[in-house]
Amino acid sequence: MVKSPVSQLDRTFSALVDPTRRAILARLEREPGLSVTEIARPLPLKLPAVMKHLDVLDDAGLIARTKSGRTVSVELVAGPMEEALAWLKRYERFWSASLDRLADFVEKEPE
Amino acid sequence: MEQPSLTIVRRFKASPARVYAAWTQPELIARWWGPDGGPVLDAEADLRVGGRFRVVFQTLDGEMHECRGEYREVEVDRKLVFTWHWVTLPERRSLVTIRFRPAEEGTEMSFTHAQFFDEATRDDHQKGWGGAFEKLEGLFAETESAGE
Repeated sequence: MVKSPVSQLDRTFSALVDPTRRAILARLEREPGLSVTEIARPLPLKLPAVMKHLDVLDDAGLIARTKSGRTVSVELVAGPMEEALAWLKRYERFWSASLDRLADFVEKEPE
Repeated sequence: MEQPSLTIVRRFKASPARVYAAWTQPELIARWWGPDGGPVLDAEADLRVGGRFRVVFQTLDGEMHECRGEYREVEVDRKLVFTWHWVTLPERRSLVTIRFRPAEEGTEMSFTHAQFFDEATRDDHQKGWGGAFEKLEGLFAETESAGE
């Protein structure tokens, strides 16, 4: 199934809304390749709930799961998050600087 | 579902009419548009629903930039909504919404720039989106088949 880039960005951002999912991502950044059990261990959640969070992160393309024997190891995939953050950062820089200049202009120049 | 969006709220010591004019009159746009002190080289604004604007500016590093868009809502001194794209990235469209409200000593402006795709650009988009998302699609395909 072809997934549109639009819904890709939607999924990235909605996946990042949840603090548990952000905690999982942060941990995977430090410790790549953790198993699902290891991810679940410090969380105050039952394994099925953790699996659901991992499904959301997987759908958003933020993680990749690899099965070897009975163990599923999980890795961070940085691409989608970088795409979304790059978009925001670029415009934040552009607009905050432009709006500073707008403020100078409308406040200081005579009408 | 949330699209990525950037919201900035600013207060200006100037009337809503003044701030609105600075956004909508080409000769005033030319006085502030752009992230550094580089010059605006050209500004046009056909201020009506369906009308278009373009602003060409140079940054201090010498790079030229051109942004364009189409007005979607025009409420004098109160609200502006326009689409936005860089001329070099026509397939990536977004939407800017600005509200101007009278506030103590001037204007409160709430500004939102959001990813946005209407039907037409969504179609363009699927054809035109560059390498990054193709790679991502590939990644999805791999992840999906690995998960089976």
